Amino acid sequence: MAVESFVQDDDCVPLTGAGGTAPSLALLVRPRSAPEAARAVLGRGARGVVARGHGGTCGDAAQNAGGTVLDLTGLDRIQGLDATAGVVVCEAGTGLDRLARALLPHGWQPPLDLAGGLRPAGRRGPGTVGGALASGGLAGRLRSLELLTADGSVRTVRPGDPLCDATTGGLGLTGVILSATLALRPVETAYLRDRATGFRDADALLAHWTGDAPGERHARAWVELSGRGRAVLTTAEPVPYDGLPRGHRARRDPLAPPRSGGAGGLRPLPGLARAHALLPSGLRALSALPAPAGTATGPGSGPGHVTGTSAGRSRPTGPLAALGGFGLPLPGLPGLPGAPGPVGPFVRYRCAVPEGREEALRGILALLAHRRSPARAARHARVERVHADGTGPLAFPVRGWCLALDVPAGARGLGPFLDLVDERVAAAGGRVCLAEDARLRPALLPVMYPRLDAFRELRAAHDPRSVFRSDLARRLGVWKSWE
Amino acid sequence: MKDAFGAPQSLLLLGGTSAIGLATARRLIARRTRTVWLAGRPSPELAAAAGSLRALGAEVRVVPFDALDTDAHAERLGRVFAEGDVDLVLLAFGIPGDQTRDEADPAAAVRVAQTNYTGAVSAALVCAAALQAQGHGSLVVLSSVAGERGRRADFIYGSSKAGLDVFAQGLGDALYGTGVHVMVVRPGAVRRPGTAGRPGGPTATTPEAVAGAIELGLRRRSETVWVPGPLRLVASALRHVPRPLHRRLPV
Ligand SMILES: Cc1cc2nc3c(=O)[nH]c(=O)nc-3n(C[C@H](O)[C@H](O)[C@H](O)COP(=O)(O)OP(=O)(O)OC[C@H]3O[C@@H](n4cnc5c(N)ncnc54)[C@H](O)[C@@H]3O)c2cc1C
Ligand SMILES: NC(=O)c1ccc[n+]([C@@H]2O[C@H](COP(=O)([O-])OP(=O)(O)OC[C@H]3O[C@@H](n4cnc5c(N)ncnc54)[C@H](OP(=O)(O)O)[C@@H]3O)[C@@H](O)[C@H]2O)c1
Repeated sequence: MAVESFVQDDDCVPLTGAGGTAPSLALLVRPRSAPEAARAVLGRGARGVVARGHGGTCGDAAQNAGGTVLDLTGLDRIQGLDATAGVVVCEAGTGLDRLARALLPHGWQPPLDLAGGLRPAGRRGPGTVGGALASGGLAGRLRSLELLTADGSVRTVRPGDPLCDATTGGLGLTGVILSATLALRPVETAYLRDRATGFRDADALLAHWTGDAPGERHARAWVELSGRGRAVLTTAEPVPYDGLPRGHRARRDPLAPPRSGGAGGLRPLPGLARAHALLPSGLRALSALPAPAGTATGPGSGPGHVTGTSAGRSRPTGPLAALGGFGLPLPGLPGLPGAPGPVGPFVRYRCAVPEGREEALRGILALLAHRRSPARAARHARVERVHADGTGPLAFPVRGWCLALDVPAGARGLGPFLDLVDERVAAAGGRVCLAEDARLRPALLPVMYPRLDAFRELRAAHDPRSVFRSDLARRLGVWKSWE
Repeated sequence: MKDAFGAPQSLLLLGGTSAIGLATARRLIARRTRTVWLAGRPSPELAAAAGSLRALGAEVRVVPFDALDTDAHAERLGRVFAEGDVDLVLLAFGIPGDQTRDEADPAAAVRVAQTNYTGAVSAALVCAAALQAQGHGSLVVLSSVAGERGRRADFIYGSSKAGLDVFAQGLGDALYGTGVHVMVVRPGAVRRPGTAGRPGGPTATTPEAVAGAIELGLRRRSETVWVPGPLRLVASALRHVPRPLHRRLPV
C-alpha cells in the first residue's frame, strides 16, 4: 500500500540541464497560450514555478524541484515582422534556429553572436528566444518584452525599466517572458566566412588579441588544455552578395536556406544548418595545425597549408573553414581528432574576466592546463572578447573576456578545483555565468554579482511571495544571504 | 540543493552520534554542507557531536529521535523537513547487539531487530515521502556486509541488516525517476578509534573510508556501495560457497 504514494503524476518528470547533472522532479506544464501560462502561474504549488525553454543551459537554472516548471516551447509563434525596419515580435518559446530560418527570406537574422553560432547544440535544441534573454543573450537588441508576473498579469517592459533589465539575465526569477520584440541584423546572403589563425600557445594568442584587434567582433578562440597548448582564433563575418564566389549556387538565390554545410570557405549563418553536420571550425583548425616551430614536420602540402609567422601562424580561408561554427560539444562525432564533447554528464564552467586583467586570464588558463588539472579532461577552452557590460543586476557579461570549458562531471577532484578557479576569477573582479552554473559556492554570489541586493529588492517588490523559484535560486541562496 | 557533484548543502543524520555518520558530516561540511540536523537520543555525546560540527562552521540543530519510538517519527522528522529542504538523509543508527547474550535473551534480540529494521523502515518511509515531496535529495542507508549471508557469529544483527538492505533496494526502485536517489552502503567491519588493535582482515575499514565512499557514491548517484570496494567481489564469492564449507569459514 505504502508503495502507492510513490506512484507519480504522469506530468511529473525528472529534469536536468544539458549538463545532465543534479536531476530533480517537477510538474511540467506546457501552456499553449498566454492565459494558460497565467493560470499555471496562479495555480502553482507551494514550491513555486519557473519557466523553461529547450533546457539547453547546463546547470539547474530551468529546474524547480517539487514545484512547477513551465515549458514555454508551446508558445512559438512568430507574431509579426517589420521587414523594413528589421524588427520581429515572437513568442518566447520560439527556437532560435526556427526564427533564423523564418527570417532569412526577408533578409534578416536574429542578432546572434556569429562566432559562437548557436549554442548549445546537440540533443536539446539550440535554445529559445525566452531562454536566451533570461540567460543574458540578445539583450542589446531587445526592444520590449511581455512579462507574465507573479500576480498573473502581463506587463510590457522596455530596456531601461528596472524590471526589464533585471529580466534579461534574470534566469526566469522575475517572471515568465511571453514574447519579445527584437531588432534584427540585415543579411545579404545565408552565409558567413570564417577565418582561422593558429598560435603557438595561449600567450601568443593573447598578445595578438590584446594588441591591435581591428573589427574582430565575431571572434572566438580555442585553446588546447591538454596536448601542446596551441590556440586558434576564428573570426566570422557575414558574406555580402558580392562576396559570394563566382558561380556559387547562392548567387542565384542568396537567401535560400543552405542545403549543405557550405562550400568554398563559406558556412551557413547560425541556425540555418543542421548542428550534427558541423564541427566548430576552431576545433577543426586546431586538429589541422602543424606542430609548433622547432618540432614541426610541416605538412606544407595539401589545401590547408599554414603559413608561419613569429606571432603565430595565419591560415587563409580554406577547406577547414567550410566546416562548423556551432560552438558547442557535438557528442559522438566519429573519427574526428578534435571532436569535442563529454558524452556523459558534464559541467560547463563559463566565467568573465574584466578588461585589463589579462594577467589573471593568463593565470587561469595556465591553471586549467596545469599537468595535474582535472580541467584537462575538457581538452580545450573557448575564449571570447566581450565588448560591453551587461545591464541588469544579474547580467553576466563583463567588458573584457569570457572563458568557457566543458568538463566531464566525473573528472577527479573537479569540484574543489573549480572552487579554486572561482577564487581567482573573483579576485580578478570577474564572475561565473549563472545560467550555466551547477556548482558555485553560494558565498561567492554577492562577491561576483555586487548588484545582487538590487535584484533582491526588485524581487521583494514584484514577487513578495516568492512565486518564481528555481533549483539554482535555492542552491545559490539568491533570496537568502549567506554570511 | 545538491550541486553537479552531488555535494549536499543540508544533511539530516539519523543516529546523531554515529561514528560513520559524523565522519561523513565532517567530510561534507568541508564541501558544501551548511545545515546539519542531528537526530538522536538526547545525551551528552549528542550535544558534543553537535558542538564538534559547529566548530567546523556548520549550522547544527539537534532533534530528539528514538528509532524504537516509531509512533513519533512522522512528527519529529516532519518538523525537520518543514524548516527547509534536506538534500541528504543519512540513516546511520543501528546496534550490533551481543550475539551470544541475545540468543539467550529474546527480548534483547527483538530490540536489535526493532532498532535496525522496523525503526529504520519507519524512519526511511517518513523521509522518503518528504524527499519525494521536495522533488530531490538522497537517502543513504547504512546496511552491512553482515546482511549478505547468514553467519553463525552475528545472525541476529545480520538478519536485521538483510531485511533493511532488501527494503532499501526496493525503496530505491520505487523512487526511481522521482528525482530522489536511494543508496545502500555496505561496509565491512568498521574499526573504531577504541578498537584500533583488533584484527580486521581485508574487509576492515574505517569511518573515514566509509565517508569517502559515500561522497563518491553521491557524486556518481550509485545505488550500492561496498566499503572497501573489493568487498563486493569477496561477498559475491562467498555467496556461492556451499553451506557446510561456509559454516567453517572464519568470516
Ligand atoms: C552573454 C550571453 C550571450 C549569448 N549569446 C548567444 C548567442 O549568440 N547565440 C546563442 O545561441 N546563444 C547565446 N547565449 C546562450 C543562450 O542564451 C542560451 O544558451 C540559450 O538560448 C538558452 O535557451 P533555452 O531555451 O535552452 O533555455 P533554458 O535552458 O530552458 O533556460 C535558461 C534560463 O532561462 C529561463 N527561461 C527560459 N525561458 C524563459 C521564459 N520564457 N521566460 C523567463 N525565463 C525563461 C530559465 O528559467 C532558465 O533560467 C548567450 C548567453 C549569454 C549569457
Ligand atoms: N561499525 C561497524 O563495524 C559497522 C559495519 C557495518 C555497518 N555498520 C552500520 O553502520 C551504521 C553506523 O555505524 P557506526 O559504526 O557509525 O555506529 P555507532 O557509532 O555505534 O553509532 C550507532 C548510532 O545509532 C544510534 N542508535 C542506536 N540505537 C538507537 C535508537 N534506538 N534510536 C536512535 N538512535 C539509536 C546511536 O545513538 P546513541 O548515541 O543514542 O546510542 C548511534 O548514534 C549502523 O547502522 C551500523 O549497523 C557498522
